[in-house]
Formats: sequence, structure tokens, C-alpha cells
Amino acid sequence: MATQANPEAVLPAQGIEAPRSGRIDPKYLRSRTSRSNFEMMAWVFMRVSGAALVVLIFVHLWVNLMVGDGIHQIDFSFVAGKWANPVWQFWDLTMLWLAMLHGTNGMRTIINDYAEKDSTRAWLKAILYLSAAVIIILGTMVIFTFEPCLTDEAGNLLEGVAPEFCHGV
Amino acid sequence: MTQTESETKSASGGRGTLYKGREGMWSWVGHRITGVGIFFFLLVHVLDTSLVRVSPEAYNAVIGAYKHPIMIIGEIGLVGGIVFHAFNGIRIILVDFWKKGTRYHRQMLWGVLIVWAVTMIGFTVRHLMLFLEGWEGF
Ligand code: HEM
Ligand code: HEM
Repeated sequence: MATQANPEAVLPAQGIEAPRSGRIDPKYLRSRTSRSNFEMMAWVFMRVSGAALVVLIFVHLWVNLMVGDGIHQIDFSFVAGKWANPVWQFWDLTMLWLAMLHGTNGMRTIINDYAEKDSTRAWLKAILYLSAAVIIILGTMVIFTFEPCLTDEAGNLLEGVAPEFCHGV
Repeated sequence: MTQTESETKSASGGRGTLYKGREGMWSWVGHRITGVGIFFFLLVHVLDTSLVRVSPEAYNAVIGAYKHPIMIIGEIGLVGGIVFHAFNGIRIILVDFWKKGTRYHRQMLWGVLIVWAVTMIGFTVRHLMLFLEGWEGF
């Protein structure tokens, strides 16, 4: 039993050795910092981004599903109307980046937990990072290159598709 | 804590640790499953939103699928997952940063479940009402 190694250092109730009571392989010392600095930042990021995402996502769901006509209002001109406003552009951009980074980091943790073979882990993470990068870049480009007032070849606004404000310009 | 006290506790199955065992374990499993589910939804969601750059018709056709009764049920499930992950996430943050967080983590889990249930009743009723108002049949 491990507790016999150093009876002085045993916690009375649990029979677990107190930290540093035995000789510890340097590999397991907590003060080793090289890699854990990243893990520490990831840990903080999960909490900070999580707190921000509550507000970002709840408002997103509220505005798109709970007010107006709810789910039925969502179509091209609805999106056009929202993204005509820089506030919603910025809102969606922040939500996209935070949710994707938070989700990707969470998936990384899960892969580390379950994929035991080194090569499997490496492959899964490569696929994860690649798809995350594609989605973040695609989503960002969609927000910034979006054209709300589409016209036909003759230059007339597409009826039934262009939102109200296009008729003013 | 005395020796006998701690022995009684572990004999009766133990109280689990802060993160795992008993309630802590179930909330952790739930948090993990909902996190993965939301992640995959988000991948698809950015793809379907990107159709606004293809054409209004393409976007409207695909987003129209979200208005089918089966998808309405799916949306309630999705929002249920998000709301749980969000509230339980706040609980995790409080356990980590609030002085008394560790002491009340079990009570806070009940709080999460109650607030989740209330939020979901409100959301489900409103979502179904709005859906039925605008529904044009199959
Ligand atoms: C059924 C529920 C949902 C519906 C109906 C919905 C609808 C929409 C719509 C119509 C847009 C276009 C722009 C806008 O309205 O702001 C959008 C964009 C977006 N949504 Fe949602 N959403 C839902 C759930 C979610 C959830 C749960 C998340 C986060 C995990 C999310 C994240 C985003 C992001 C990041 C964008 C921007 C996409 C881009 O940059 O191309 N949405 N959503
Ligand atoms: C709504 C606001 C959210 C809050 C408050 C929140 C909070 C948290 C917290 C505190 C953790 C634990 C991190 C750790 O143990 O170090 C976590 C894990 C995770 N989150 Fe979120 N999160 C939110 C939204 C999201 C979204 C939108 C996604 C997906 C895109 C997501 C996916 C994940 C995943 C996959 C994990 C890892 C789970 C695990 O390791 O068991 N979360 N979240």
C-alpha cells in the first residue's frame, strides 16, 4: 500500500499521501510550464467565451424565433434586412468566431479523452482544425460579401426578394 | 472530518467528487453531449446560411425545410440542448470562480434544471404558437 511509504505524510481521513510527500518523477510535477501555459489560456477562454455566448446566442434565438412571425419570417429578405445593419453584422461575426473557437477547443478535449492511438488522435484533430478553419473563413466571407439588393441583367431590383430599403436607393 | 465519518460516507457509495460521480457525472455527460451536438449543428448552420451568396431561391428553399413540423420538433430539441449547455456552463463557471461555488454546486444543478424547464416551457409554447399561426399545411 502506498501509504506505508511515509506514514507522517498521510492525510488522516482518506489515506492519501500529501503532495510532494514521496519522490515524484519530474514528468509529473505541476510546475512544469512549457505546454500547460496554452492549456491554462484555453481553460480561461472556455469560460470567457461561454459567458459571452450566452448573450450572443440567446439574443440570436430571440430575434429570429420569438418575435415577429418567428420561424416563418426567415428568408432571404429577412437576412438582408438584418445584415444591412452593421450591429448585426458585428453580432454574427463575433458569435461565429467565439462559438467556433469554443466548440473546436471543446472537441479537441474530447478527442484527447477518447482517441487513445496517437495516429488516430492526430488524424481526428487535423480534420477538426481543417473543418473549423473552412467554416470560420466561409462564414466571415458570407457576412462581408453579402449583397442585399440583387438586380436582374437590366439592372432592375429583383421583386419579392429585395428588402424594402433597396427601393429607396 | 473524523475517520468514522468518512468511512460511513464511502461505505454508502460515496458522495462523488466535484466533477464526477453522481449528479456531477450526469451533468458532465449532458454537457459533453450537448456541446458536441451544438458543434455539428453549427457546421451545417453556417453552410446553409452561406446559401444567401448562391441565390435567394437556394437559400429560401433550404431554409424552408426549417419550417416543416418535424424540424419544428428538432428546433425544440436543439434549443433544449443549447439552453442546458448554457445554464450548466454558467454553473461550471460559478463553481470555478465563486468562493462558495464548490459548496453549492449540487444546489446550483437543481437551479439549472428548474430554470431550464421554465425556459423550455416558455420557448416551446411560443415556438409552436408562431408555427401554427403561419403554417399553410403540408
Ligand atoms: C433554430 C435555431 C436557429 C435559427 C432559425 C437561426 C437562424 C439564423 C439566420 C436566419 C441567420 C442569418 C443571419 C441572422 O439572422 O443573423 C443565422 C446566422 C448565424 N447563426 Fe443562427 N439560427 C439558429 C440557431 C443558431 C445557433 C444555436 C447558433 C450558435 C451555436 C447560431 C449561430 C449563427 C451564426 C454564427 C450565424 C452567422 C453565420 C455566417 O456568418 O454566415 N444560430 N442564423
Ligand atoms: C451558450 C453559451 C455557452 C456556455 C456558457 C458554455 C460553457 C462551457 C463551459 C464552461 C465548458 C467547460 C470547459 C472546460 O471544462 O474547460 C464548455 C465545454 C464545451 N462546450 Fe460550451 N458553452 C457555450 C456554448 C457552446 C457552443 C455554442 C458550442 C458548440 C459550438 C459549445 C461546445 C462545447 C464543447 C464541445 C465543450 C467540451 C465539453 C467537454 O469537454 O466535455 N459550447 N462549454
